[in-house]
Amino acid sequence: MTKTRSIDWIKAAPWLATIGLFVIWELACLVFQIPWFILPAPTRVAYAAWEFGPALWNNSLQTLWTTLSGFALAIVFGLFLGLFIGWDRRIYAALYPLMIGFNSIPKVAVVPILVLWFGTGWIPAVLTAFLISFFPIVVNVATGLATIEPEMEDVLRALGAKKLDIMTKVGIPRSMPYFFGSLKVAITLAFIGSVLSETIAANSGVGHMMLTAQSNFEVPLVFACLIALAIEGIGMYAIMSWVEVRMTGWAHRSGFNR
Amino acid sequence: MSFVEIENVSLRYKPQGDEEGTLAVEDLNLSVEKGSFVAVVGPSGCGKSSLMKLATGLNFPTSGKVTVAGQDVHGPVSITGMAFQNPVMLPWRLTRDNIMLPLEVVEPHRRTFRRDKAANRERVDALLASVGLEGQGSKYPWQLSGGMQQRASLCRALIHEPELLMLDEPFGALDAFTREELWQVIRDLHAERKFTTILVTHDLREAVFLADKVFVMSARPGRVIVERDVDLPRPRDIDLTYEKSFGDIVQELRSHIAKARE
Ligand SMILES: Nc1ncnc2c1ncn2[C@@H]1O[C@H](COP(=O)(O)OP(=O)(O)O)[C@@H](O)[C@H]1O
Ligand SMILES: [Mg+2]
Repeated sequence: MTKTRSIDWIKAAPWLATIGLFVIWELACLVFQIPWFILPAPTRVAYAAWEFGPALWNNSLQTLWTTLSGFALAIVFGLFLGLFIGWDRRIYAALYPLMIGFNSIPKVAVVPILVLWFGTGWIPAVLTAFLISFFPIVVNVATGLATIEPEMEDVLRALGAKKLDIMTKVGIPRSMPYFFGSLKVAITLAFIGSVLSETIAANSGVGHMMLTAQSNFEVPLVFACLIALAIEGIGMYAIMSWVEVRMTGWAHRSGFNR
Repeated sequence: MSFVEIENVSLRYKPQGDEEGTLAVEDLNLSVEKGSFVAVVGPSGCGKSSLMKLATGLNFPTSGKVTVAGQDVHGPVSITGMAFQNPVMLPWRLTRDNIMLPLEVVEPHRRTFRRDKAANRERVDALLASVGLEGQGSKYPWQLSGGMQQRASLCRALIHEPELLMLDEPFGALDAFTREELWQVIRDLHAERKFTTILVTHDLREAVFLADKVFVMSARPGRVIVERDVDLPRPRDIDLTYEKSFGDIVQELRSHIAKARE
């Protein structure tokens, strides 16, 4: 036999691309003789990661913990506020511009204020993660409620349904795919927020570690931190995508929300 | 007194911005006898859907009076069932559970909904069978074709045994064959259960085939300009639609509509 098993190229493609990127990077460093303090080769980065393994691991866990805490706050608050805003058109009209205004503030500008209130450390990082990530949750949940088909509302209202009936039977289940869909965006933002705050005002976490490595001129370690962040980010995104598909299967199969 | 009475009704919608609100219907008079089947036809935007909302108590007249079953309409009229062009099923519920939705909401069923779950289920399945959807209750609505969804939507409108059925262009989005099949479904249901029916449609053949009486409305603001009794004998067969007596009525209505649009 010449061919035993065909390769699933779609499955293999992301791995091949990633490996390819590192190979090109390594070769480029070799061929162009790029100094390690400008762009260290992947092998050098890997060595740094191994050398500082325990510290890198602990700081990654710290960042993960911060991100998840901020994310959890964002879920609770975002769901609540989204339901509140979507409940009534008037509330929606009143609060939507405020929300947009709030969201357009660059969150870097908020960190100094948080430090002023809570000092440096864990709390401002969690709050930054929270502040940056609750917005998509709110908007998505509110949209799910606000886009109930008017015919559906008519059918139920004619039967004497109260607002609460319409919300529990139609609005809230309807907004769930929007909610779960927003989680992967939100977790990515929460991650950005926590790292952002860690690089400005913290004494642990990958963001802080990068800053320290940079001031000690440990360039390979800076890159190792960067790659650790990328891995963490991909992992969280993947988990949230999986949750989305698991929780809202009907929405995917029925073509809802497209 | 008729079952549904609409007397000198005008409806003006709330103004949007600085434009003054649309006057949807004006001096509208219409009465429907208990158990009869009437159709309302008219140019697009003449206030047919507004009429439905007035009769079901979802909207209130700016002036005039609406009574249903001898009572002034001041709020939702829960003895009505409704179906629209868009079947609007909830995709996360099985078809059967979609059809049961009114029972979860309307009095007095909502109080006994949990207790009567098994009986309700049988009712739904019997109703599904009567519209030709035997055994389809355990599918999700998006697994059904457009015509099947519309049948299910009819079931949802009828599950609480309403005395008044309101149909707002329910077959408008279906192909010609499916539409004629559904005409026969609704004809049989009406013959069997005798609920008063108001059908809004832009299909004159549909109106003549199903109704005892057809109201023609003018362009906006809508008013009834012609009231035409359809005295074709029942039960009506689909072949009737190819006969001259049928075609004549359709033709007559068409000329009224043409005038209404001028
Ligand atoms: N909720 C609403 N608010 C304001 N104007 C409306 C509303 N619903 C309908 N209208 C207006 O009232 C008129 C009649 O509408 P409708 O009753 O839907 O007509 P039809 O069903 O005969 O096509 C239209 O001009 C429409 O724009
Ligand atoms: Mg209409």
